[in-house]
Amino acid sequence: MSAIELKNLRKVYPGGAEAVSGIDLAIETGEMVVLVGPSGCGKSTLLRMIAGLETITDGTVSIAGRVVNDKEPAERDIAMVFQNYALYPHMTVRANMAYGLKNRGTPKAEIERRVAEASRILQIGDYLDRKPRQLSGGQRQRVAMGRAIVREPAAFLFDEPLSNLDAKLRVEMRGEIKLLQRRLATTSVYVTHDQLEAMTLADRLVVLNKGRIEQIGTPLEIYRHPQSTFVASFIGSPAMNLISATRDGDGLRLSDATLPLAGRSLPQGPLTIGMRAEDITLARRTGEPQGLPVRIAYVEELGASRLVHGHLGSERIVVSAPIDGELDDTMDARIDPALLHVFAADTGRRLQ
Amino acid sequence: MIENRPLLKLTAHLVLIAGVALVAFPVYLAIIASTHGPTDFMSGVIPLLPGPHAVENYRQVLASGVSTSGIPPISLMMTNSLIMALTIAIGKIVISLLSAFAIVYFRFPFRALAFWAIFVTLMLPVEVRIVPTFQVVANLGMLNSYAGLSIPLIASATATFLFRQFFLTVPDELMEAARVDGAGPMKFFFDILLPLSRTNIAALFVILFIYGWNQYLWPLLITTSSDYYTVVMGIKRMADVADSYPQWNTVMATVVLAMLPPVLVVICMQRLFVKGLVETEK
Amino acid sequence: MQSKRTVFSNRALPYMLLAPQLAVTAIFFLWPAAQAFRQSFLREDAFGFSTQFVWFDNYMRLFQSASYLNSMAVTAVFATSVAVLSIVIALALAVAANGMIRSQQTYSTLIIWPYAVAPAVAGVMWWFMFNPTIGILSYLMRQAGYNWNHGLDGTDAMILVVIASSWKQISYNFLFFLAGLHAIPRSLTEAAAIDGAGPIKRFFTITLPLLSPTTFFLVVVNVVYAMFDTFAVIHATTEGGPNQATNILVYKVFDDGFIGLNLGSSAAQSVILMAIVTVFTFIQFRYIERRVEY
Ligand SMILES: Nc1ncnc2c1ncn2[C@@H]1O[C@H](COP(=O)(O)OP(=O)(O)OP(=O)(O)O)[C@@H](O)[C@H]1O
Ligand SMILES: [Mg+2]
Repeated sequence: MSAIELKNLRKVYPGGAEAVSGIDLAIETGEMVVLVGPSGCGKSTLLRMIAGLETITDGTVSIAGRVVNDKEPAERDIAMVFQNYALYPHMTVRANMAYGLKNRGTPKAEIERRVAEASRILQIGDYLDRKPRQLSGGQRQRVAMGRAIVREPAAFLFDEPLSNLDAKLRVEMRGEIKLLQRRLATTSVYVTHDQLEAMTLADRLVVLNKGRIEQIGTPLEIYRHPQSTFVASFIGSPAMNLISATRDGDGLRLSDATLPLAGRSLPQGPLTIGMRAEDITLARRTGEPQGLPVRIAYVEELGASRLVHGHLGSERIVVSAPIDGELDDTMDARIDPALLHVFAADTGRRLQ
Repeated sequence: MIENRPLLKLTAHLVLIAGVALVAFPVYLAIIASTHGPTDFMSGVIPLLPGPHAVENYRQVLASGVSTSGIPPISLMMTNSLIMALTIAIGKIVISLLSAFAIVYFRFPFRALAFWAIFVTLMLPVEVRIVPTFQVVANLGMLNSYAGLSIPLIASATATFLFRQFFLTVPDELMEAARVDGAGPMKFFFDILLPLSRTNIAALFVILFIYGWNQYLWPLLITTSSDYYTVVMGIKRMADVADSYPQWNTVMATVVLAMLPPVLVVICMQRLFVKGLVETEK
Repeated sequence: MQSKRTVFSNRALPYMLLAPQLAVTAIFFLWPAAQAFRQSFLREDAFGFSTQFVWFDNYMRLFQSASYLNSMAVTAVFATSVAVLSIVIALALAVAANGMIRSQQTYSTLIIWPYAVAPAVAGVMWWFMFNPTIGILSYLMRQAGYNWNHGLDGTDAMILVVIASSWKQISYNFLFFLAGLHAIPRSLTEAAAIDGAGPIKRFFTITLPLLSPTTFFLVVVNVVYAMFDTFAVIHATTEGGPNQATNILVYKVFDDGFIGLNLGSSAAQSVILMAIVTVFTFIQFRYIERRVEY
């Protein structure tokens, strides 16, 4: 039995906008599933339907084997962490954490025990008697997590909980959330539009596009085998190079150059070829061209490596290169044909 | 001021002092008049300096009223004013909070209609429809009662709008968090919304208290028994007689007493008052 | 109409929450307004035994009656004078106070408290000061050779009620002008100063234009105040006299209804006044909407 199960879930807003169109998803107990996708793809809507904050147009949401479509959020045994934290401004940190338990009639001693335990885990014991406005962004974030933890719910729901933090704190909290989730082993659904956050946090990643699931899989599966050009360009930084190509005899014709296929078999017709920046190597040209001629436009130094931006014919291309190599105006880009990602040019679906 | 111009600054001070004097002078005279004996007003011109009868005048109006004009003790009238002002202020706040809550946090058939029905009351000041309103209150048997003094004035579009505006600025997530935390609508209202509205309530209370205390025409019409006279309307009854039989000292003592509570409220709660005034008009 | 993204799902509760407000509104606002509307088409005989449906006769008579036309003219003069007087004085005070740094708070406190004084009380105080026999102001005028008597002279009476009504309204206008002045970014006046504009020029080219929304708002509010909220000033002092000189529309509704017992005419006047308030409310509402767009 899955912890959370969505069956053919749909949401049409009163205005007629279809935000979620037919989602099937089973989330296992204890796993952390991250919903990722561009802004407006329906992530929040989906999460809020699981929470019971949004009515369900069609389909079912089950939690712990029970259909909860008509249940109030409070009856679903979930806890939610909001982007703006939604702490009650007039209550102390302690009261904020205790509020949900009090409403459920949890005995006082038990509330105290759980608040103490959560504040120890999250290291917020020193602020228990402060009001939210007396806390920094990171501390508020912890309190919001604490409010979810004390409830000991069947599932945590996170809606972009780190978006309001600065970059450094975001990385730090990301790690903490991961650790915490491991430790508590509570089923979690986490929404973000940041693919890096998604990759680092997820046990399983769900990539959404326009209200539909594009792909489900572990972060590595998705990184290595994106099932569509959408996923390929969305997951990974820098984004995968996508270049139109056609089969040409034994090779692959890309722009004005031909790439030998070295025995890899590809279908005929127009294709889109995907190349990860780090799968490409740049070589200085010595005599005859060997590989794809790339005209270098500019270089981004990242410290540990560098990103070389250039043009392949009329298309743009990014290559991740070691910092010590020398760069010419035009260089030869080489890639192992086995590392090519091949998509149908019309549908954008992966072909192999 | 951007550049240092002493002359300009001096002019500004003079303008302000003249303004303060203009504002204060009538009240100064009222206070002075309330310290003189009745005969001091026969002689020709109003005295400009305090007289010796202050204690005696105030004691008389507070304790026994003015029998010649059928005026009960001012202390009774002030109590009535207080009851009326408090009932109106609290009543308006309570029913406006509830209706703004309903309009913002629920969706239901006829919501827009309810909103407009409340809005329309903005356009119907009591003075404008005074005769039929009086008839309704008379038919309901509410003449000469605290209920009649206050309830008809309790509906408030302004307060409802103010709370509606405020509720709309409360983040949606707060209500969602409360629902996840197991709070139903009324629990959310009392545990979260009400504490968050504290300053707005206080600011509005100041404005509405003044509004209630200063009511004039309404109590004048619906009270015929002096047991229910309020102090602001009572002044008129006293002043009427004062024209033929000048008792300016007692009239002015009553004037001072009538404005004391609301003026004190404004001065002591200036910040809330300014907030209340500026926000209710937004 | 706006509400929250998610709402509570209870069906009966919102109606229960609205019930008190709607009940009071219906019984004491809508019903009387409807009654006024109905009565404005009826005429009672002198003893109240029979009523007759007279179509628009009450309205026709009003617009042919010299006293109603007079009342309209009186209201126009009164409202304009009160609005102009209290706005100009308040603006001068607010501009002066805005230049103060340390003393601004003190001056504000000293200027705003008359807001709390009841119109009736304000009326009685000025009535006392202008009292023809013992009033200090009439005494001063007598010394200057003018024989003040608001009991007999219509102009004197009008001046009295205008002053009493404006006096009370200065505090309100002052507060709004001061808030409006605070909202003008300092950088604007500073830029103008750098461009060489002196204080007077700055006031007329920068401050005043930027205050125009506030001024417009205050004009509407003050006219509404003068037309409807000053009933108590009139009633506590001149009672519309002498000789109808201060008989403003809202006072006449009361006078014809309660004193003259001419219910049909009073009701028709109520309806006309409600129409006027409606117009002002919409003007005000437009102003609010425009401000919200910012
Ligand atoms: N209350 C609403 N009424 C109508 N349409 C809505 C409503 N809320 C969201 N939408 C629409 O539904 C779609 C999905 O919205 P949703 O908030 O789920 O996106 P999201 O993936 O969370 O985006 P973001 O990353 O920007 O938060 C959007 O096109 C949005 O415009
Ligand atoms: Mg979202």
